[in-house]
This record gives sequence, C-alpha cells and structure tokens, in this order.
Amino acid sequence: MHELSVCQSIIAQVTQIAHENHAIAVTKIIVQIGPLSGIEAPLLEHAFPIASAGTIAQAARLETRILPIRVRCKLCGNENEATVNQLLCAACGTWQTSLLSGDEMLLKSIELEKSEEQAHV
Amino acid sequence: MCDTCGCNVTDSNRNLVEAGGKHAKTEAGNEAIEVLQNLLHENNHRARHNREHFDKHSVLAINLMSSPGSGKTALLEATIDALNNSSEPLSIAVIEGDLETENDAQRIRDKNIPAIQITTGNACHLDAYMVHDALHELSLEGLDIVFIENVGNLVCPASFDLGHHLNVTLLSVTEGDDKPAKYPVMFRAADLTLLSKSDLLPVLDDFDVSKAEAHIRNLANPAPVFQLSARKNSVHNDQGIEQWIQWLKQQITHYKKHLSNGETLLPKVQREGQALHEGRIN
Repeated sequence: MHELSVCQSIIAQVTQIAHENHAIAVTKIIVQIGPLSGIEAPLLEHAFPIASAGTIAQAARLETRILPIRVRCKLCGNENEATVNQLLCAACGTWQTSLLSGDEMLLKSIELEKSEEQAHV
Repeated sequence: MCDTCGCNVTDSNRNLVEAGGKHAKTEAGNEAIEVLQNLLHENNHRARHNREHFDKHSVLAINLMSSPGSGKTALLEATIDALNNSSEPLSIAVIEGDLETENDAQRIRDKNIPAIQITTGNACHLDAYMVHDALHELSLEGLDIVFIENVGNLVCPASFDLGHHLNVTLLSVTEGDDKPAKYPVMFRAADLTLLSKSDLLPVLDDFDVSKAEAHIRNLANPAPVFQLSARKNSVHNDQGIEQWIQWLKQQITHYKKHLSNGETLLPKVQREGQALHEGRIN
C-alpha cells in the first residue's frame, strides 16, 4: 500500500504551488493514472483524506483520470489498446512494442481558491 | 535543471501560474493551474541526486527486487563467494531494506562486505530518501557495484526510483511461472530476471521456464532471463552464477561507457518512459 506515500507526495507538491500562488485553499486536484504505473486509483482515493487532513488541501476533491494502455508495434507500426499483461500488437501479434500511454502517474492540474483581494490582483 | 523527475516541465509551465499567465478560471471563480508533474516528483528529485552521487564515484547501483523469501540475500552471498574466487574480482557493498531486523545485513557483513541496513518499519518499499540516508553511512570509494536489496514485495518497490541504474528481479521457481502476468508492473521494469532456486526445478512439475519467459515477453520486455541456484554444492550452481557474474561485468562496462559520454544509465523502463512523456508533455 504505497498509495499513502504517493498521496503525501501529492499534498507536498500541491501545498507548495498553493503557497506560491497565495491561495487560501486547494479545491480540486486532478491526477492522471496509467494502469501500468503501479498505483491503484481506489486506494489513492481512500488514502487521500488521511494525507490531506489538516493541510491546505483538506477540502479538495481528488479526481483520478485513468488513461488507456496503448502500444505501437516496432515491427509493423500498428497502434492499438492493450491490457496490463498483454502488451502485444493486435495486428501482427508480436510482443516487440513500445508503450504510448498507460504508465502515467501525473499531477495534471489543481484548482485554487483565493481570498477576495488576491482574486482581484 | 532536472530532466529526470520532470521538474523542468514545472518550470516551463510556471508562466501559467504567474500574473498575466494563461490560467483558466473555474465556474466557481477558482483558479485552475496546469501542473504536469510526476506524482512522486520529490522522490524522483532525490533519486536523481543519489544517481549523481553514484556516478561521481563510477559505482553501478543495482536495485534487487522480488517477493519475500525468493533468495535475494542468498544470491548476494553466492555472488560474494563467486567474486572472491574470480580472477577479476569486483568490489561491492550492499544496502539492505527490510521491515525489521538487521539479519540480512549481518549475513553480508559476515562475508566481510560492507552492508547498511535500512529498517523501514511498516513501509513496504524503499524510497530515494531512505537510500540517501544510507549513502551517508557508506563510502563509495573503490567500489564497483552497490546492490540495493529492496523490501520483499512484488508491488510497491517498482514505483519508486531510488537513483539506481538497473533493476534486477528475482522469481523463485517455487512461486509459480505466471508471476510476471500477475505482477506486470514489477516484471516490465526488470532489466534482468533471475529464476532463482532453479535446483528445485526437477522436483517441481508446475513451473515451466518457457512459460515464465513468455509472460515476461508479453510485457514487451526483451530483458534476459537466467536460471540460477545460490545453493552451495548444487550442480546447478556454477553455471547460473557464472552467467550472472558475466552479466554484471558487462553492465559495468556498459555503465562506464555511458559515464565516459557524460551520461548516466537509467533502467530501461525509466529511459523509455522519460522519452515518451517528455515528448508528450512538451
């Protein structure tokens, strides 16, 4: 269960960005997760309230977006979706493929609430 | 500028968050900021510093991963013995990761090899911070390889960069030949898979070496798969260990070639992931 460590890392990054922008709260955090990242989105969502308690992001909503696994064949150039343990070319069947998407663990964007005067600066 | 952990992306996006930048407002009037930073940004940053430290001393760092009890420490013991008998010995040290006890580090120290024990408590993996702290206690002078024996776990360790150069994953033949299909993140990351306890193969009718290898290929992983037994006096011992020692020596040569070109060496999965995501994000 390393998702708590990942959440603590998210909170540290988000807190820094919030301070740099003089925000009073973080309202939303959007992360992109690929199935090959080793991070389970439901576990991340369960761990989030524990990691965010008492921080500037404690009222934030965590939105996880799962990206598809896509591969490109090194032999025939075909591109197709694949599953976690079958990263194969759908056209020629070879395993010699490159990953195009599916291993992401990315903090995509965050939404910040600013105080009245900051919002009009 | 760090090109390992993606903080260059942060900087290139920093203009988005500065006054007059291109930040959108949400319906509620909040400010939306594009970040595009790895979720383990801070760990990766520290990992990069660890890697620089290894590179400064030309020491190859190998992350050993497997489930508990698959023979990581036994492999290291057999490696030390083989190197002691080698005409071209290598100088090594070990960083041991375990939830509790100094047992594994002691087994290595008993063979007169420096070993630093990290006890992680409840943490199921090593991270770059723990390895950084261990490096404070370990002199890299004169070493060829540092083995980092990760916590026995086929899930979490695969997600954390420690600053190492290569991933080696053990799969003991008592665990079943379908483990690579069940733990794809771990086995996709392997630069080498060692099928350990191979002396037991004759008495196991349910472990098919070719199936284990096929499952690894299905992860688009071209890395070699060796059979190996760390047991003393095993007829299976010598050949597997010899192949492993030769592989280590080849990797040192390969690593030093990278260093002489002013580059470091990253595990293949990280190298490809980095190329992919930098291309996409920029």
